[in-house]
Amino acid sequence: MDFNDTPKEADFRAKVRKFLDDNCQKRSNNSDAVQGGSAGAPETVKGGESAAEESLKKAKEFQTKKSEAGFAAILWPKEFGGYGGNPIEQVIYQQEEINYFVHSGYFEIGIGMLGPTMMVWGKDEHKKRYLPKMITGEEIWCQLFSEPAAGSDLGGIKMKAEKDGDEWVLNGQKVWTSGAHFSDYGMIITRTDPTALKHKGLTYFFIDMKSPGIEVKPIKQISGTSNFNEVFFNDVRVPDSQRLGKEGEGWKVALTTLMNERLAVGDPPGLDFDQIFEATKQFEVEDGLAIKNSEVRQKMADWYVQSRGLQYTKYRSITSLSKGQTPGPELSISKLVTASKMQDVSSYALDLLEMSGAIHNEKNPILKNLFQGGYFFAPALRIAGGTDEVMRNIIAERVLGLPQDERADKKVPFNEIPSGKN
Amino acid sequence: MNFDFSDDQKLLRDQARKFLQDKCDRSVVRSILEDNDQKYSKDLWKEISEMGWTGTAIPEEYGGLGLGMLELCVIAEELGRSLAPTPFSSSIYLFAEFIKLYGSEDQKKKYLPKIASGELIGTFALSETNGTPRPNNIKAEVSDKKLNGEKIPVNDGEIADVIIVAANSDNNFNHNSLSLYIVEKDDPGLSISSLESMDPTRPACSLSFLNTSVEQLGEKGVGWSMIENIFNRAAVLLAFEQVGGAQVSLDEAKKYSLERFAFGKQIGSFQAMKHKMVDMYVKIELARSNAYYGAWALSTDSNELPVAAAGARVSASDAYNYASQENIQIHGGVGFTWEYDCHLFYRRSKLLSLNIGSIRQWKENLISNLEKKNIV
Repeated sequence: MDFNDTPKEADFRAKVRKFLDDNCQKRSNNSDAVQGGSAGAPETVKGGESAAEESLKKAKEFQTKKSEAGFAAILWPKEFGGYGGNPIEQVIYQQEEINYFVHSGYFEIGIGMLGPTMMVWGKDEHKKRYLPKMITGEEIWCQLFSEPAAGSDLGGIKMKAEKDGDEWVLNGQKVWTSGAHFSDYGMIITRTDPTALKHKGLTYFFIDMKSPGIEVKPIKQISGTSNFNEVFFNDVRVPDSQRLGKEGEGWKVALTTLMNERLAVGDPPGLDFDQIFEATKQFEVEDGLAIKNSEVRQKMADWYVQSRGLQYTKYRSITSLSKGQTPGPELSISKLVTASKMQDVSSYALDLLEMSGAIHNEKNPILKNLFQGGYFFAPALRIAGGTDEVMRNIIAERVLGLPQDERADKKVPFNEIPSGKN
Repeated sequence: MNFDFSDDQKLLRDQARKFLQDKCDRSVVRSILEDNDQKYSKDLWKEISEMGWTGTAIPEEYGGLGLGMLELCVIAEELGRSLAPTPFSSSIYLFAEFIKLYGSEDQKKKYLPKIASGELIGTFALSETNGTPRPNNIKAEVSDKKLNGEKIPVNDGEIADVIIVAANSDNNFNHNSLSLYIVEKDDPGLSISSLESMDPTRPACSLSFLNTSVEQLGEKGVGWSMIENIFNRAAVLLAFEQVGGAQVSLDEAKKYSLERFAFGKQIGSFQAMKHKMVDMYVKIELARSNAYYGAWALSTDSNELPVAAAGARVSASDAYNYASQENIQIHGGVGFTWEYDCHLFYRRSKLLSLNIGSIRQWKENLISNLEKKNIV
């Protein structure tokens, strides 16, 4: 057992470090990175529109440099402008990049999920036209899947697409769309045949987000920030040539997209043990410094073993990648553990602060949104990208091999499935 | 990065698993559980010893196989899975490690070859009272090479031929630092009374010493630091036993949930059951990863060991306690019958989480070691 890179990996890591040192600013410590986490899409409005535009501009500039250096799409084949690399190289890049102030979030969905979907289902002319600009960051893509009545049950989408000559006309609403407001293109699942079975009547397209009839509205979250949008479609026309896969086979295409969700081995550190450990050394409870209180110490130990347990679980997965093997299912526990831990840690830290816990104070590093930020972000993390409950179902069925629950929506035409008020 | 066991070590694991499936099925475990006079399976102990497992991490010059601690971790996991009713942990993780690390050359030559061959069984006696053993509440005392005092409870004390005892030495009584002494079973100053163990496959007794002859082990007055180090090492090995037992608890819960029908369906298809089993899985995977880290620290003699061992111990105790208790819950009514095996794991999980200090105590160890590390 050791934690060393192979010589080849070490070479690659050195190249990555050199590139990052030359092109961006290093974080001073991990408290610079406590916000975010795997559901941390770039914010839409913080600091006003001009700040958001400035941040996007910077991100695009860096993305162009990153693509010139070959690191923008490490897993993509060379023929599409990728690095032709392997998963361990992708992990090494992520491990290094989180140590720097970089906003790659704008491009992650496109390069990670939508590009690979186009490689499988797109026509050659599409691949030539769109993939290179996806890599350089010139064009940003978003994923239009969830709807108000189709979140955990994604197959329940209702977005209507009706054929009109060589075009389709889209009407309906999407929601939780990261980056819709700055995206140039999007990939969307629609329902083209409501009389077919639930997963049979779907069709998949890519669309121009500047098309007439599309309206994007940011969603304000309990944290006060906005990471997602609602997207409304009102007679939006999409050429049939932008269909991916056959009519009625949209679910198969969507699965390609979903299968490409990346391994969460290089996530930025969220609010975690290290921050609360530091904090408990600084403030007092009734019998002295918080860290000297035995109840606090017991709690800290729980979070330590969760936090490090996850880190070492990542090491196990990375080891498989390094040997050229497919990692086991162990990393599927990651988001489930991370999200609840963040909620517990932040809530407990606020308790320890007593009345000050309710205060937001920019001048005090502990009160500067560290724990309140976690407190208001954690509920989103427990839901976005698969709720705790859906994650447990997925692990139960795919990892433990337990049977699916009985479903009321099988063998029934979509428009006859009970749907409550919606 | 190579954070995994080697192919050879995995091969050893597979062999150990097959061997124990064959030699240590539940009837072997129950034969000890249900017979008060049998404290361990002598047949299994003989076979394990013949396989060389008892000498895994004992150097070849002292009659062992001379393999490393990682190999011992692999075997520990399998012993935990099979609920092996043997004094392996007392004799190998504790006694042999004490002698290996702190024994004189003569003591190593005298004890290690016989421990490695299984003909001699050793154990360690620390606790004297309810609650946390600390240097300042140990009353056993040695003066003029004679030990007086009482130890309660002592795991495998009735089985052991030789016992390491923590006691105060004449010169530094009340100095909060103990010394270690070796006591031979046949000394007339030693009397033993059997105690009822919550897991009779891991027996306990009390030992009374009346002017018992002793031989000193290691330096005088540094007993507590030796104990801490050996407990750290044992914590990693026990964590592998715990992960093994927790995994079987989950596997058996799963198996039952697929066989048992209620309301016309497999109970394993109910989300309340599925989510519970996922929670078991999550704790087990975290524990496994923490145990791996402990194994790395143990096998490389890293100064991370105190933190890594405590992390492994806390995580594995939590996982096994939870998995064994929820395994009963998933089995429903039959889960708390003597006939079903759920209680074997429930007993063992609690016993393992107590025998070198409770989870509460190890959480405290973990944080105090993290504080020390931060200061350094």
